[in-house]
Amino acid sequence: MTITLNHFSAAAVFALFASIVFGITHRDTTREMVRYGLYCFAMFLGGVFVAGWAMWLLRR
Amino acid sequence: MANSTTEKTRVAEAQPLSMMAVLAPALGWLIPGAGHIIQRRWIRGLLLFVSIATLFLLGLAMQGRIYKANGGDILDMLGFVGDVGAGALYIVTLANDWGQGAIAFATADYGTKFMIVAGLLNFIAVADAYHIAIGKKR
Repeated sequence: MTITLNHFSAAAVFALFASIVFGITHRDTTREMVRYGLYCFAMFLGGVFVAGWAMWLLRR
Repeated sequence: MANSTTEKTRVAEAQPLSMMAVLAPALGWLIPGAGHIIQRRWIRGLLLFVSIATLFLLGLAMQGRIYKANGGDILDMLGFVGDVGAGALYIVTLANDWGQGAIAFATADYGTKFMIVAGLLNFIAVADAYHIAIGKKR
């Protein structure tokens, strides 16, 4: 079986699962875990958009 | 402040090594999330297993390459260290000769990174299971 993901979906899948693990392992209470997981996910995806626009500007 | 830290270190050193402090990290390495599950952190363990296993299997399905111990190149060795963190997933992949990588797919390199990161994330999960076992974390 071969799965082909585009750049954005690969980054989104990576961000989702990495954020879950970071949330669980880096905080103590359930509420803090959820908050930190969401924060990591937002930072990952934010970083993707910032890097994407930076590359677009560099290419022009 | 410094005395307080020294005191904590001494208390930590004085604690005997429990069976769980050895078993949880070992099992957690072999099966991602199992270190949490045997300590009755069911949801955390399940979420860790699903996240790490899915990332690893997606990497495999994306035609990612698995690194071997005798790669020779320093970067290959680092890749091996990351991959081996996935425990049984890595062992099964290696035993079945999967994960040979395909140059034909541009996203195969993403797959390789997915598998390395899955192993590295499992190392973090193993450390977390150990911290729960020694009572450093709830």
